[in-house]
Amino acid sequence: MTPAISCTGLKKHYGEVKAVDGLDLEVRAGECFGLLGPNGAGKTTTIEILEGLTPPDAGDVVILGRRWGSQERELRERLGVSLQESRLTEKLTVFETLSLFRSFYVRGRDPEQLMADLSLEEKRDARVGKLSGGQRQRLAVACALAGDPELLFLDEPTTGLDPQSRLQLWERIAAYKEAGRSVLLTTHYMEEAERLCDRVAVVDHGRIIAQGSPAELIAGLKAPHFIEFSTEPRVEDDVIAKIPGIGERRQRDGRWLLAAASLAQAVPALLAALDRAGAKLLSLSTHRATLEDVFIALTGRELRDE
Amino acid sequence: MSERQHPLVALTRTRILEFVREPEALFWVFAFPIIMALVLGFAFRDRPLDPVPVGVVTGPTAAELTQALTKAGTVKPAPYPSLADGLEALRTGKITLLVVEDAGSLVYHFDRTRPDARIARLEVDDAIQRARGRTDPSPAREDLVHEKGSRYIDFLLPGILGLNLMGTGIWGIGFSIVNARLKKTLKLMVATPMRKAHYLLAQMLSRFVFLVIEVAVILAFGVLAFQVPVRGSLGLVAVVTFLGALSFGGIGILVAARARTLEAANGLMNLVMVPMWLLSGVFFSSERFPKAAQPLIQALPLTALNNALRAVMLEGRSLPAIAGELAIIAAWGLVAFAVGLKIFRWQ
Repeated sequence: MTPAISCTGLKKHYGEVKAVDGLDLEVRAGECFGLLGPNGAGKTTTIEILEGLTPPDAGDVVILGRRWGSQERELRERLGVSLQESRLTEKLTVFETLSLFRSFYVRGRDPEQLMADLSLEEKRDARVGKLSGGQRQRLAVACALAGDPELLFLDEPTTGLDPQSRLQLWERIAAYKEAGRSVLLTTHYMEEAERLCDRVAVVDHGRIIAQGSPAELIAGLKAPHFIEFSTEPRVEDDVIAKIPGIGERRQRDGRWLLAAASLAQAVPALLAALDRAGAKLLSLSTHRATLEDVFIALTGRELRDE
Repeated sequence: MSERQHPLVALTRTRILEFVREPEALFWVFAFPIIMALVLGFAFRDRPLDPVPVGVVTGPTAAELTQALTKAGTVKPAPYPSLADGLEALRTGKITLLVVEDAGSLVYHFDRTRPDARIARLEVDDAIQRARGRTDPSPAREDLVHEKGSRYIDFLLPGILGLNLMGTGIWGIGFSIVNARLKKTLKLMVATPMRKAHYLLAQMLSRFVFLVIEVAVILAFGVLAFQVPVRGSLGLVAVVTFLGALSFGGIGILVAARARTLEAANGLMNLVMVPMWLLSGVFFSSERFPKAAQPLIQALPLTALNNALRAVMLEGRSLPAIAGELAIIAAWGLVAFAVGLKIFRWQ
């Protein structure tokens, strides 16, 4: 089956800044693929090159088996695009906006249907300027779906949204994917990538530094478990350093966070060590590593605080 | 699957909706030119001539002089007790001319550089000499004309029409495009199969819808409120305004072709429009500028538009007489549109 997207050797430099620096990517038909990375990693430049909006300095891009250039219009009929930070005309109503976007495509979805799908029926005749952030974002996605696309590009679809609006959009994107369509999205929300994406690529400094399903990436960590605890009195690093099977460790606000390869091994060893040090356990919790931890392990930096 | 509107229709409709939902824009397009014409029309309206104030210095013949001047009616005599008082009034502009009879001869005090003072000198002398029995060798008769079409408002209204076509064309199209670029709605549309030409065409088409209303409102106002004549055919006025709007629409697209901010666009628009406000004969005839500058001034699109509108409305000219102007207007529009389309920044 033709991949939805395949690109090789993608490069885009803005003066000294290497926004995209040799990026290869393949998105299979019918999958939701996430580009994950901090702000400035080159996600937006990459997705806009793939959308045919920014010409790359070097590299080959094939979308749905076609190349940008002579086949642009034919290609655009089959794509849906939602840009980061693009604002729809505030003076138009939701229905008018959708009708306008619908008019650009030879075949597409009925505006009424789109409004129903994205829970915008109540806002049918409301001006775009009066919508909440979540409603606007849903409208942006509805516009991207106006041509009933085979491939949907979403650049940070839920950035700045409240949890409920985010959940609503996730459901809609998941439903679109269920219908056998492909999605490429960028995000810096790990939860979003874990919930929606079949596979993700971690992007940093214009390159892909890791690729795979969220589960694979997490399993690839040396220490995919985390133990968080606090004690009275507080224990020092020398107590913990000796525990076998402990990876990275951090202390924050009087609580310790330890990465561990195996909980079965690490937890009893930790309890024994605390006992020996005469410290009383106040709290203890464990969680599995997330993509956030994958990113930290790969780059030594946190994702969101960039 | 669903039915769709033609994208050009949808885009044009969208532009019109956006525009009518912008109260400020409506004001600048419709109300502003009318207010301007109203104010200027009243400021420069035709008035009965005010009698010129003239001073008469007290003396033995003062009463007789005052009576003669009052009878003539073209001047308004005022008495002054002394020459010094009269000269003071002359200096401060209370009177235009001071008469004093000194040892049998009339002395006129006035400023030779003021045309109204020179006229007053002639009229006062004429009135006094006639009152004292002068007879003219050839009797003269006056036949006064008062022609509509030669007043300032008649000159002004076609200029305001031209000014409005330029302003709404360049502002209306320019700001809308730069705003869409700034908010990235333009980029979002370019990511759809929308044809770029449709977008620009819709900008111009939506302008024509307003053009009809705009021109009709201003023309009707001029004709009804000030009896401004339209001597040529209305059809030709329509052709001229249509072409003018098309041309300034093209210039608007060129001005907005690359600007990334509203400030940059505004600066460019002023750069394009301000010289034409001054040079192109909106408020006063462009003939007043030096001869050396005339070829340049006459080649400006607004000069050509104003000249063509005046030729049709005031002089009743027909198409062949304004073909040159129409060619200038069309050339500006075509070149500006072609260059604008070529260098247009879509994101």
